Amino acid sequence: MRALQTDLPIVLDDVSLHANETTIIRHVSLVVSPGAPTFVVGPNGSGKSTLIRLAMGLIAPTTGRITWGGRAESDGRRRAMVFQRPVMLRRLAAANVTYALKVAGIDRAVRTERARDLLDRVGLGDLAARPARRLSGGEQQRLALARALARDPEVLFLDEPTASLDPAATKAVEDIVRAVAQSGVKVVMATHDLGQARRMAGDIVFLVRGRVAERTDAEPFFTAPATPEAAAFVRGDLVI
Amino acid sequence: MPDGASALSLVLGGDPALYAIVGLSLLVSLSATALAALAALPLGATLALVDFPGRALVVVVINAFMGLPPVVVGLVVFLLLSRSGPLGFLGLLFSPKAMIIAQALLVLPIIAALTRQTIEDLWVEYRDELTAMRVGPAARVATLLWDARFSLLTTLLAGFGRAAAEVGTVMIVGGNIDGFTRTMTTAIALETSKGDLPLAMGLGLVLITVIVGVNSAAWGVRRIGELKSG
Repeated sequence: MRALQTDLPIVLDDVSLHANETTIIRHVSLVVSPGAPTFVVGPNGSGKSTLIRLAMGLIAPTTGRITWGGRAESDGRRRAMVFQRPVMLRRLAAANVTYALKVAGIDRAVRTERARDLLDRVGLGDLAARPARRLSGGEQQRLALARALARDPEVLFLDEPTASLDPAATKAVEDIVRAVAQSGVKVVMATHDLGQARRMAGDIVFLVRGRVAERTDAEPFFTAPATPEAAAFVRGDLVI
Repeated sequence: MPDGASALSLVLGGDPALYAIVGLSLLVSLSATALAALAALPLGATLALVDFPGRALVVVVINAFMGLPPVVVGLVVFLLLSRSGPLGFLGLLFSPKAMIIAQALLVLPIIAALTRQTIEDLWVEYRDELTAMRVGPAARVATLLWDARFSLLTTLLAGFGRAAAEVGTVMIVGGNIDGFTRTMTTAIALETSKGDLPLAMGLGLVLITVIVGVNSAAWGVRRIGELKSG
């Protein structure tokens, strides 16, 4: 069996992204290392989603370089992503997970059993035979998590996964993500919910208008932010 | 309205010649739609998902071919299958097989063009998710075709409707031979020109009933499918 190469650390070296005339990401240099969850925070429109997509490898930077575990090319088989509005395949909940297992190259013989384990892990064991599109928003997001975990990821990216969920559903998602992080998966999550970052983050990437305004451990970011923008953001003021 | 009354008695009376015509029409148009779908569904989905030089041209041509005149398709297939034509050795001209081939060619662009549009729209929704899962091109085609299955059923019905309603190709390549290649549409054309309006009207009634029946069945399948798998 081929030894699995690691995708960590993920290194962004002077990365910029332009779309048409606008600059979305400006000269970002960043290292994502194994450890506690990294949270990408900042006001709406600051480029959080774009930064996550770049680090996931979904889009390529206009200038600069991204490497995964030192390699510029990576097949991404150990990275998974959960989106703000996950797209449910038009099948049963269980079939959504077996689909992800199949794409991840898991042997057909063990897919059903693995799917059951994954659904139990996100608390959807009882809803396996329900059409995925008929699940509630929170259940769909948990199913998206099960699908992402089917890839047995080393890094799990989450792009504002709880932005449209109620507090109970948010808590369910947070509990799963916390357990995933504790099991050794590197979690990289974008949020504009400061409370969520306070509850879960190990370290913080604070984005303002496409550049990294602050990069520190979570504790000092909230207690003693170094930049005026971060101080305003933590206070709850609008950062423009 | 005496004509209308005798048309009704023909239909309700279970005239065997009439039902043979109905059976052949259904066989030809359903087979043609199925045959065309085999090629057109993957073709349409591939056009939606794979970019290659000249793609725009192919898309425009296929869209334009949705309006192919049946008589022209009939003529081309006639030339191909006639004794002196390149495929004349097959001896298919004036047979139901020739009619199936001709109708399949007629509806292929319709199914391909509508499939492309459906899959392209669905891809906008699925792109991020499938890209993040690293789903390869062939698997994307299969995934989107399956997830669009309920919309594509309507696409197939559009193809079937076109095949069942047309008279030009089956007239030319089938020859309207009594008891062998006579379909509802060719029979209606013939009986109308002969002046046997009761039979023509009876056939017209049956044709419309059959098309409504097929569409109702498809609608039922779609509803049940949607209920079961969302």
